[in-house]
Amino acid sequence: MSKCSCGQEVKDTREEKLEEIIAKYRGTKGALIPVLHEAQELYGYLPFDVQRKISEELNIPLAEIYGVITFYTQFSLVPKGEYRIQVCLGTACYVKGAGHILDKFKEILGIDVGGCTEDGKFSLDACRCVGACGLAPVVMINDTVYGRLKPTEVEGIIEKYRNE
Amino acid sequence: MEMVTLTIDNKVVQVPKDYTVLQAAKEANIEIPTLCFLKNINEIGACRMCVVEIKGAKSLQAACVYPVADGMEVYTNTPKVREARKVTLELILSNHDKNCLACVRNGNCELQKLAEQMNIRDLEFEGERHKLPLDDFSPSVVRDPNKCILCRRCVSMCKEVQTVAVIDTVERGIETIVSPVNGKSLSEVPCVNCGQCITVCPVGALREKDDTEKVWDALANDDLHVVAVTAPAIRAALGEEFGFPIGTPVTANMITALKRLGFDKVFDVDTAADLTIMEEGTELLNRIKNGGKLPLITSCSPGWIKFCEHNYPEFLDNLSTCKSPQQMFGALLKTYYAEKAGIDPAKIFIVSIMPCTAKKFEVKRPEMNSSGYPDIDVAITTRELARMIKEAGIDFSDATEKHFDDPMGDASGAGVIFGATGGVMEAALRTVAEVLEGTSLEKLDYTEVRGTEGIKEATVQLNSITIKAAVAHGLGNARKLLDRVKAGEADYHFIEIMACPGGCVTGGGQPIQPSRVRSWINLMAERAKALYTEDKNLPIRKSHENPTIKKLYAEFFGSPGSHKAHELLHTHYTARENYPE
Repeated sequence: MSKCSCGQEVKDTREEKLEEIIAKYRGTKGALIPVLHEAQELYGYLPFDVQRKISEELNIPLAEIYGVITFYTQFSLVPKGEYRIQVCLGTACYVKGAGHILDKFKEILGIDVGGCTEDGKFSLDACRCVGACGLAPVVMINDTVYGRLKPTEVEGIIEKYRNE
Repeated sequence: MEMVTLTIDNKVVQVPKDYTVLQAAKEANIEIPTLCFLKNINEIGACRMCVVEIKGAKSLQAACVYPVADGMEVYTNTPKVREARKVTLELILSNHDKNCLACVRNGNCELQKLAEQMNIRDLEFEGERHKLPLDDFSPSVVRDPNKCILCRRCVSMCKEVQTVAVIDTVERGIETIVSPVNGKSLSEVPCVNCGQCITVCPVGALREKDDTEKVWDALANDDLHVVAVTAPAIRAALGEEFGFPIGTPVTANMITALKRLGFDKVFDVDTAADLTIMEEGTELLNRIKNGGKLPLITSCSPGWIKFCEHNYPEFLDNLSTCKSPQQMFGALLKTYYAEKAGIDPAKIFIVSIMPCTAKKFEVKRPEMNSSGYPDIDVAITTRELARMIKEAGIDFSDATEKHFDDPMGDASGAGVIFGATGGVMEAALRTVAEVLEGTSLEKLDYTEVRGTEGIKEATVQLNSITIKAAVAHGLGNARKLLDRVKAGEADYHFIEIMACPGGCVTGGGQPIQPSRVRSWINLMAERAKALYTEDKNLPIRKSHENPTIKKLYAEFFGSPGSHKAHELLHTHYTARENYPE
C-alpha cells in the first residue's frame, strides 16, 4: 500500500499483477526465470520486496533468487531507463568493435555501464551474446535490434529516442 | 544390487552398478584427489580435481560423478591426468588468498593438502584477486570471501541439508562469490549460526568467531574466579585435534588440559543436562496431564531455536521453556555455587566449551541473565579450546585429572548422551517413567531413538500413559517432521530436535574432518560411540539418581518446576522476521 497525493491509501496495482504472474507459473517446473522476467517487465527492475514476495510464494530461498538475478545480465536490481540500451560484448561483437560503440553511448549519455540518465530516459548496460552474431556489432534498445553499427551512428539513434 | 566389473589402473574391481568411479576407486584402495566433493552433500563435479581417463571417452571425466559400467577401463595416474589436475589446482590457487601461515586452517586445509600431494612447487599463474571485506558481524560465523574457492559445499549444506538457505552463489565469472543476499552480513539474514558451513569448508573461508582472547584475558586476571564448563560432546571429539583416533573419549585429558590452562574449576555440563531432564520431564508430564500444548519440543539446541523463531513461529509455544543445559548451568553457578563457595557472582567468569557456534549467539540473548549476571560469559568451540591448548604448549596425552570438580562433579550417563542425536529423548524417557510416574523401569537403552536415521520414532508405554516420541537431527529433517505435525499427519507428545546432523557430536564447533575422511565413514556414529560407551560404564545412568541433582533440589530449588527453578532455569522465545524491510 502506498499513499496517493490526495491522502488516500491506494493499492499498487502492480502487486495484484505480480500475484497473477506468480499464480500463472506456480507448480510448474522452472517457474523462477519466467516469473522474474515478467516481474521485471512489470516493475522495470527487480526490487527487494518483489524478490521477497516471489521467494515466499514460490517457496524458493531468497538467496537462490538473488543468485539467479545477479547471474543473468538481463535481470536488474536497480531501476532502468524508459529506453534500455544493451550493448552486446559477446565475442563476435567485441572483435567487431563493440567496445567503441559502448564508449560512444557512455560519452553522449554521460553515464557509465549500469547507470541511468537523470531524466530516467536511458539506461546503459553491457550484455553477453544476444544470438545475432551475423549482425555484429549489435545493440538492443528495449526490443529493437540495431546491427552492424558504427560509432558515428550512435548519436542519431539516441536523438530518435529523445524526440519520442 | 547388480554388480559390475571394471578395471582401475589395471586392477579388477567389482562394485554395485550405482557406484561412481570415485567410489569404485576407494573400494580398490586407489585415492583420487577431490576438492568440491563431499559425499551425500556436494557431488557436483565442479572443481575437476578428480579427473580420470576412461578408455573410449572423449575427454577426461570427473570421477566423483561419473557412473561405473561393466568392462570400463579407468586410469587415474597417467601423464595427462596428472597434468590436468595440476593445472586445475594451480588455477584455483592463482586467485586464492594464500596467506596460509596466518590462516586458521593452516595444517588442516584441503587445498593446502592437495598442493602438497600434487607436488606443486611453482605458482605459474597470478590471477585477479577479490579484495572483499570480511563479514565478521555475526557472533558465531566469520566469512572471508577472499579465501573462498567456490566449491559450494557450504551452499549445499546450508540449502539442501539444513534448509536454512541464507548463502548462495552470487554474480558470475570472476565476480562470483558465495554470499547472503544483497551484500548483507550473515548477522542480517536468517542464519541460525549452526556453523555446519564451517565444518564443510575445505579452506579458511568460513570459520568461527574466535573468542579465545577473552578467555586468555580472564585467565590472566587474578580477581576473577574462572570456571570452565564442558559440554558432553567435547570429550568425544577433542582428541582428534591431537591425533587420537575418531571416537576416542578424552575426558581426563580434557580436564587435565583445562586445569593446566589455569581454570580455577572445571565442571561438567552433563550435570546441567541432568537438571534439564528433571525440568523438561516435569514440563512434559504437566502438559500431558493438564492438556498443555503438545508436542513438547526440546530447546537445548540454539541453532534449532533460532530456526524455529524464524521459520516456525507457530511452534514457539511447543518449545520447552527450559533453557539449554549451558544456560541453566551458568545461572546455577552464579547463584547456588557462588553462595556455597562464598564467591561474589560478579567475580565468577564462566567459559563454556561447546561443540557449537550457535552457543555464541545464545549467550548473548538478552533474556539469559535471570540471576542478575550473564549466565555464561564466553562460549568457545572445541576447536578454539584445542588452539588454546596448543598455544599453551600443554601435553594433551597427560590424563592425570580424572574427575570434574565438586560440588558439581557428578553426572549421569543420561547427561553424557545428550551429545548425540536421540540422547535427550533417551535421557528423558529413563527419568520420566521412574520418578515422575513412580514406576521402576528396567529398560535403560532406548535403541529406537539412537542411530543416525534422519527422523526416528518411538512409542513408550509408561504406567498410566503412552508417550509417542520423535527425534529429528539436521534442520532439513526437523522441517520435514514439523510439516507433518502441522499437516496433522503425526501426533507426538515429545519431539527432540537438534540443529546439527548427528546432534552435538558433529556440531558446527567440532574438529573439522576433511572430505577424504568424512566422506567414507559415519562421523556422527563414530563420535557418538564414545558417548554411549561412557554412558554404559557410568555407575549412575539416570538423571534423577545423580546425587548432585538430588542435593540441588533438596537444598536450593525445592522441586522440579518450582518458582525458583522457573526463575533461573526457564526462558521464553521471540518470533523473528526473515528478511525485515
